[in-house]
Amino acid sequence: MINLFDMIPSILMMVAPILIAALGGLVSERSGVVNIALEGLMGVGAFTAATVHTLLESSTPMSIWIALGAAALAGLAISSIHALASVTFNADQVISGTGINLLATGGTVFLCQIIFHQERTEPYKLGMMPGPGGIYPTAWIALVALVLVWYLLYRRPWGFRLRACGEHPQAAASAGIDVRRTRWIAVLISGALAGLAGASIVVTETIQYTMYTINGAGFIALAAVSFGRWKPKGVAGASLLFGSAVALAIYMVNIKILRDFPPEFFSILPYIITIVTLVAFSGKDYAPAAAGQPYEKGGS
Amino acid sequence: MSEPRIVPAEKRGKAPVDALIGSNGALSILVVVLGFGFGTLIVLAVGRNPSGMYLALVQTLTGYNATSHVWNPRYVGEWLTASMPLILTGMSMGFAARSGLFNIGAEGQYIIGLTAAQFVALYFPPIAGLHWSLALLAAALAAAFWGGFVGWLRARYAVSEVVATIMLNYIAFFLSRYLTRLIPDANTYRTPAFPETAIIPRSFLDPLTNHSRLSLAIFVVLLCVFLYWLILERTKLGFELRATGLNRNAALYAGIRVERSFTASMAIAGAFAGLAGGIVALGSFSYGRVLGGYDNYGFNGIAVALVGNSRAVGTLVSGLLFGMLASAQPLMQSRQIPKEITWIISGLVVVFVSLRAGFRMLVEWRAKRAAERGQSYAEARDD
Repeated sequence: MINLFDMIPSILMMVAPILIAALGGLVSERSGVVNIALEGLMGVGAFTAATVHTLLESSTPMSIWIALGAAALAGLAISSIHALASVTFNADQVISGTGINLLATGGTVFLCQIIFHQERTEPYKLGMMPGPGGIYPTAWIALVALVLVWYLLYRRPWGFRLRACGEHPQAAASAGIDVRRTRWIAVLISGALAGLAGASIVVTETIQYTMYTINGAGFIALAAVSFGRWKPKGVAGASLLFGSAVALAIYMVNIKILRDFPPEFFSILPYIITIVTLVAFSGKDYAPAAAGQPYEKGGS
Repeated sequence: MSEPRIVPAEKRGKAPVDALIGSNGALSILVVVLGFGFGTLIVLAVGRNPSGMYLALVQTLTGYNATSHVWNPRYVGEWLTASMPLILTGMSMGFAARSGLFNIGAEGQYIIGLTAAQFVALYFPPIAGLHWSLALLAAALAAAFWGGFVGWLRARYAVSEVVATIMLNYIAFFLSRYLTRLIPDANTYRTPAFPETAIIPRSFLDPLTNHSRLSLAIFVVLLCVFLYWLILERTKLGFELRATGLNRNAALYAGIRVERSFTASMAIAGAFAGLAGGIVALGSFSYGRVLGGYDNYGFNGIAVALVGNSRAVGTLVSGLLFGMLASAQPLMQSRQIPKEITWIISGLVVVFVSLRAGFRMLVEWRAKRAAERGQSYAEARDD
């Protein structure tokens, strides 16, 4: 029998990847590019981290950190497809995102078959070790990412320009901002963060990558961006709430007062909350005005 | 020095590349060819022989095994069986797309249809003929409500249908798991067996395709393709939906009730996907499933609609194409080709569809360059 207080490390373990990915989604959407590929990019990151760690763990003690770095790079590389399609070629952002999601599931399991001759990566022996208080370092990584994203978006001129691109790209362009370049960088940042988020899941919550490792975490992150009203503080709160719901769905059997709820109740919670708040906020425009719209240069 | 021969643009006729990129149908073929081309390169890059991939596809399409020289029509039956839900989810995505909505929710609508069909199959009195038809009807109706709800949210509260459908996919999934496990004697992955009357009959298709799982539902699918065309191209409702999709404001000024169009369009889209769920539940299984994950027919339906340009016949053909890929998976695996290559090809096709705008830019760039060349020639002559 455990109480809610003892669950804090487990909850933070679930919150960290959702928050990291949601921050990626935040940066991308504030620049005007909706990134529904978060789910797929997390899969790419998780696969990369699992593979790198399994192959390197016996040769270097730094293996986990190398794996996290490789995952961020892989996420960044794959997100360039999204940037090329939706920023450079003005494609529908939802279509290229969907393409990446399909590609990620197929591609990662395909590579598992090639590298490990099975539909999952070889399990590694030792995952990430929790630090003081039983809290995994991924929680601190998420906190650092949160502060950095806030600082970048609200305390640097570049962040101000990025937000301008998401609100009114034509106005931003007339003020001398290179809209395409800014959006490209924002999408790449979101890819790197999503990759890192996927890696965080793999090194803390499981021992290998399978096609079910991510299991909707990327879409929960996307929901956290909406529910958090496209602001760092809100996104952090939303991720905390949604991560706790996911953790409760898993650990509730150990908690007396929650045992009688069906486990689906907590799994479903983030999605219902998101729809209800979208309805409640309707008419108030929290979303970046130009999110989802390709930027077409004015007639010249 | 000979003068360069310049033919005026209007007399020149279209260059083949412009004609190819200019037409939607040709562009779809190009996108599919590119997807297969890159897929083949990937198979080569990992040191496998791509001929295994194509032999598996030939066997799926014709039933003929080119290695052992055995012909078995069961493969053809399985190909059509795999195509049925994809054609329907493709029409779900496509129907919404024609009225300007992006329906990522076919997966959830499929799950709701599947769940409703399973319940009717287990609880409705076993009357031959009526039982399975009613179950399919229930599947379509339940999913029509599920989809229509999104359209209504969009119309009434301006909630993005993309976000709403993503959320509702997961809600449908967990709801289905919860409800199905409530059925007495259901365990963590299945319910008791359906009565015989709930299963879609195979009739003459059974001997014809050597006991494949192909059922009479194929005729329901063909009827749906016809209805899809009929509603969109030949009814007032379809006209209004298409007008809304082409230009929302113009439609509004023309007196079309755009908000009602959204709800109607998503409800019809939902019905198609729900029917897919019912057909899979009662055509390919003899018991109710507690879903362990997505069946992914809904997500692949997005690719089907994109390649089929959201047209009735286009979606039919592209559903058969993606059904072929899905159905060839085990055959590929047995020929040492990782079966996930088919997902990679689907993903690549969607990515290439999204790069279409890039092809269009290429056309414009060529036109501009041709114009510039013409101009510089004119300038040179003036000097």
